[in-house]
Amino acid sequence: MTDPRELYQQVILEHNKKPRNFGKLDPCTHHAHGLNPLCGDDIELTLVVEDGIVKDLKFSGHGCAISQASSSLMTVNVKGKSVAEAATMVAQFRDMIRGKLDPAIDAHLLGKLILFQGVKDLPIRVKCAVLPWATLHSALEGESAVSTE
Amino acid sequence: MTPPPFDPTTIRRDFPLLTTPFHGKPMIYLDSAVSGLVPLPVLGRMDHYQRLEHTNVHRGVSTLSQEATDRFEEAREKVRSFLNAASTKEIIWTRGTTEAINLVAQTFGRANIHAGDEILLSAMEHHANIVPWQMLAEERGAKLRVIPMSDAGELILDDLEALLTPHTKLLGVVQVSNVLGTINPVKEIIARAHAKGVPVLVDGAQAVPHLTVDVQDLDADFYVFSGHKLSGPTGIGVLYGKKALLEKMPPWHGGGSMILSVSWEKTTYIGLPGKFEAGTPAITQAIGLGAALDYLQGLGLDRIAAYEHELLHYATEKLSAIEGLCIVGNAKAKASVLSFVLEGIHPHDVGSILDHDGIVVRAGHHCAQPVMQRLGIPATTRASFAYFNTREDVNALVAGILKVQEIFK
Repeated sequence: MTDPRELYQQVILEHNKKPRNFGKLDPCTHHAHGLNPLCGDDIELTLVVEDGIVKDLKFSGHGCAISQASSSLMTVNVKGKSVAEAATMVAQFRDMIRGKLDPAIDAHLLGKLILFQGVKDLPIRVKCAVLPWATLHSALEGESAVSTE
Repeated sequence: MTPPPFDPTTIRRDFPLLTTPFHGKPMIYLDSAVSGLVPLPVLGRMDHYQRLEHTNVHRGVSTLSQEATDRFEEAREKVRSFLNAASTKEIIWTRGTTEAINLVAQTFGRANIHAGDEILLSAMEHHANIVPWQMLAEERGAKLRVIPMSDAGELILDDLEALLTPHTKLLGVVQVSNVLGTINPVKEIIARAHAKGVPVLVDGAQAVPHLTVDVQDLDADFYVFSGHKLSGPTGIGVLYGKKALLEKMPPWHGGGSMILSVSWEKTTYIGLPGKFEAGTPAITQAIGLGAALDYLQGLGLDRIAAYEHELLHYATEKLSAIEGLCIVGNAKAKASVLSFVLEGIHPHDVGSILDHDGIVVRAGHHCAQPVMQRLGIPATTRASFAYFNTREDVNALVAGILKVQEIFK
């Protein structure tokens, strides 16, 4: 198993402590609520999509460092991307966490998000890291609630 | 004769998990409140039964069937004795605490709880003693009411009589909180409920591993627990009910074993306890639970309780000394369950990092979300101590917590 220090790197700890894009967009064009009932991680995502571009997005809620940092880094990396690119990132992030995409070899749009690849060695925490992405997927698909159980 | 001294070092040899390396180190199991480890003699008893004594019970004329039935019924007698119930007719096998509560909700509850009635529960119930009642209340148009608790995690009983209204049909209360460790004064609660004519169901899942229980002394109407919290296997649990109540309740599951005669026109049911035991029961598990009770009684229930209490005291002292750590649940009477939160660090992160060091704890809402909501926290980390744990285990937990804080500093 990965040493926990490999997962709890400074960037992740820092985003947990000072999450970016924290709050709610009002008005918004898309929103979804994500819940991980096993852990109690609970986030709400609001987006403003214009002309097929994610102009802005914010998250609120509470959870562990992995879900909070994953949410924060997601908002930073998705902001300004097209809806199609965001959907690709959702799929790529999931594939990376499941060990199906190796960011060192395979092409991807994940940028700094590759920090989370260590989560694949902590199966119990996969749901925490994926929660914001599952929520983003729901929001873009027009569903209002998602659960990672 | 003086019994041999209580010696966890010897006891630990009965638990292979504790001597098997995990990430290169022996595992430190501080999660008995989620499920207890099963000692070798209990595993041996189930293995022996399954190899050489097993067939179905209460069926057929074979010697094998008779002997399997005898072993199965002996286990029921062991439970009767363990709870000091008046009769084995009052001991119903279930799959566990949850099923036992659902049984009461679906039989006693459906027969007695109607529109406008109230079910009174405590603020520190496990979901197992909330959801079955909520489902029933929704179906019947009945209401749930709640006995409040203090910030320290003690039930506030000052207004209990006011909560026990003429509409109250049942009071459900946990004897030991799985989150806070609080030991509730159930004997007093039962007496006060009875004074108002209200029967009481006690959830004993977390109490039986730590306390000596006497259902007649408590005067409990229903008492439920699970085998797997008590050094027994999963899949077996117990509903104790007063005979007069059980006799009046309709059966729940229908099927084989619970009938006297069946025709297309009508089925008649057998008496207690079989009326509530349709189908082939968990025979091996029941015998395993009986063996677990033998094992615990061999160690001495009072000595287990005293040892665990001392360990809880030691752990409370050690953890309280950690800066940024806050113990959740500070009742005066506590069993060896210790929940805590670390400032600025989510319990799941604590649990993950401790896990890497082979320290098994529970992190989460502990199937008691209303307790979390009451305390205004999403989750806690919980260490629970059993008779095989030691001060070294507590020291390892303390070192693990300091490491978590160092990573997060």
